[in-house]
Amino acid sequence: MSLLSVSGIAKSFAGVQALRGVSFDLHPGEVHALVGENGAGKSTLIKVITGAHAPDSGSIEIDGHPVAHNSPLLSRSLGIAAIYQQPALFPDLTVSENIALGFESGGLWRLVDWRARRARAKELLGRIGARMDPETPVGMLTMPEQQMVEIAKSLGGRAKVLLMDEPTASLPEHEVENLFRVVRELRSQGVGTLYISHRLDELYALADRVTVLRDGQTVATRPMKEVERPELIRLMVGREISAIFPKREVTPGDVVLETRRLGCRDSGLAEISISIRAGEILGLAGLVGAGRTELARVLFGLTPATDGEILLAGTPVRLRTPSEAVDWGIAYVPEDRRRHGVILELSIAANTTLAILRRLSRGGLLDVAREREIALSYVEALAVKTPSIDVAAGTLSGGNQQKVALSRWLATEPKLLILDEPTQGIDVGAKSEIHRLMVDLAERGMAILMISSELPEALGMSDRIGVMRGGRLAGILSRAEATQERVMALALGHAEGAAA
Amino acid sequence: MIRRYLREISVAAATVALLLLLAVAKPQFFSGQNLRNILVTQSYVLVVAIGMTMVILARQIDISVGSHFAICGVVASLLARAGVPLPLMIAGTLASGAVLGGINGLLVAGFRLPSIVVTLATMVTLEQGIRWITGGEPVRNAPTFQWLSLGQSAGEWLVLATAAAVLVLFAWGLRRLQAGRAVYATGSDPEAARLAGIRPDRVIFGVFVVMGMLTALAAILNGIQSTQGDPTSGQGLGLQAIAAVVVGGTAISGGRGTLIGTFVGFVLLGVIGPALIFLQVEASWEKAIQGAIILVAVASDALNLRQRRNVGASLAAH
Repeated sequence: MSLLSVSGIAKSFAGVQALRGVSFDLHPGEVHALVGENGAGKSTLIKVITGAHAPDSGSIEIDGHPVAHNSPLLSRSLGIAAIYQQPALFPDLTVSENIALGFESGGLWRLVDWRARRARAKELLGRIGARMDPETPVGMLTMPEQQMVEIAKSLGGRAKVLLMDEPTASLPEHEVENLFRVVRELRSQGVGTLYISHRLDELYALADRVTVLRDGQTVATRPMKEVERPELIRLMVGREISAIFPKREVTPGDVVLETRRLGCRDSGLAEISISIRAGEILGLAGLVGAGRTELARVLFGLTPATDGEILLAGTPVRLRTPSEAVDWGIAYVPEDRRRHGVILELSIAANTTLAILRRLSRGGLLDVAREREIALSYVEALAVKTPSIDVAAGTLSGGNQQKVALSRWLATEPKLLILDEPTQGIDVGAKSEIHRLMVDLAERGMAILMISSELPEALGMSDRIGVMRGGRLAGILSRAEATQERVMALALGHAEGAAA
Repeated sequence: MIRRYLREISVAAATVALLLLLAVAKPQFFSGQNLRNILVTQSYVLVVAIGMTMVILARQIDISVGSHFAICGVVASLLARAGVPLPLMIAGTLASGAVLGGINGLLVAGFRLPSIVVTLATMVTLEQGIRWITGGEPVRNAPTFQWLSLGQSAGEWLVLATAAAVLVLFAWGLRRLQAGRAVYATGSDPEAARLAGIRPDRVIFGVFVVMGMLTALAAILNGIQSTQGDPTSGQGLGLQAIAAVVVGGTAISGGRGTLIGTFVGFVLLGVIGPALIFLQVEASWEKAIQGAIILVAVASDALNLRQRRNVGASLAAH
């Protein structure tokens, strides 16, 4: 009998289908790997299993019992525990207090038996071979130690199913083996582990079976030993490129941006050498956390580089603040549109001109007529759907907000436009409008650096694709060379696919 | 249009209702001298509230204005007594306000300390400091200082005209100057403002300096109405100013609000005290009613915001 079995799970958010039929089961004493591209639906699936999201359809069975109305409390009491990249513990409480929160129940008036607490913490920590003083405040522990506390806490809650989401992402190399030892130990005790990771090596070292998730669907479940890496990658990306991209050939002009062995120690970037010419769209692919946004932030002066060189039109420059980057003709439309792309409280007009206030004013006095003119022209050019340019940007839909964010940067007439996930979470219509706009801009000689987690988009829109992995450039593929498999192989660090 | 200025209009309506009540019950309230008295003696609060509006729009707070006010008042008195020429006396007082505000600005913007803690600390420190320097004794004003030797009537008009000019100037500036836009952007979302090439730290430093200078101006406008510079004046001034700003509809979370709102908020809160006296209600009710008004204002903000969120979400879903 399986510990956990899900079948036919579907879930959509605001019309976007995140999961569309997920089925798999987890046996006692099994490590079950779950793999998939960015956005394949892994995180959503975890949230459905832990009861944070209610599925639209499909069923979950735990220990053979169907769970009708799941909730975080219910799933926990049924023995499901999730362990995330970043431990979610109370830093000011001690190890034993944190662990106690996992299993102690009862009212607020219940007396605390400190000695029992400590003993229980010791026992649970012992079970996973973690040696630490239960009286230490968790905030003083290292990241790997905190992870051990998380695991001990979930065991204290009598977890039978462990969901681990990229547990090694923030661990140093030598701690990974220790974590594996614990996972294997738990496996021998009959715990079922659902293990999500992008690191294929880990999966081959640890997992018994693997389930591949693609576009919100389970495409295959196989014994880990029977599936070769190239096949695994093919299963992850094997998607038809159905959307038609309006990409046109542009003869590239002069080099606009060049980086030489660029690095930034604070954000873990090293040895990045790229160049972009006028009229060129350089795609930047890679897994979440590979350092793509970090690179964009370095190029925009948000986290200044510590190593290497940045050359703009052949001139070495130092970019220490965004305003310097703006002066050099760089524009950056960030990923987190809802938070930092537009200012929700300001009107569309004010948002459009925010980056050109200096150019728009004489002696500090704004030319309001000119502002309206500019805002209107962009609303028209980008087909922003709005009753007027005086309404607050916060009242617009996501796609229209993204267009306003774009307007602001196009108004600066940049030489280099950095777009971070330009079409994430917006509807299909707005998406293709933005794609068409990108092509127009490239034709007019703008250099565009586009970060995209959507492989078809990266392949369809880019002249060349740089693939990042672990803060470095894993390779650059020309449009002709680039295939989903090759990009994915570079992103996962599986060298055979990387011909370039 | 009405939706956009709903808050300003509703506060103004409440004020008008209060005035109508007075007009019926106590028409003598509207004697020219009485109204002018109220406005003249309160105008320094408006000037401080204008500065406070900018501070709050930038998502900061300044509770130290009371002690700044006291210090600037004493500085102005001392300068006048020392026989400093009038323009220099005014410049010197404004400069001292700018320095005091600059200290707050430096601590908040430069060292990234929370403004509520910084200004609490400077408030307490400066309060003690001035008590220590002056020994808690008022500074007797030079005769030339009172009404700036203009005589009471002209002096009163000067006070009113100055406050009105400051209001118009800053309302215009917030809308039309690059700096005004930067204040709104910084208060709405400092990170987004930074991404747009604005320097939020400079904006925040700037609003504290302006706050300090307006406080100094307010101290002059108040000081010239009396015969002595009082080192204990300004107590509760910070809260009075914040109340006017909040009642006027400026969001305490920054980025949203107008000076018109602050003005109507100031009028409503300022009229209540004298109105109660005229209506022969016990004076102690003044604070309670002001508190209730602030609560109503904040609660209606919260409701309004929830409504707007819902509208935004349903629009965004399309």
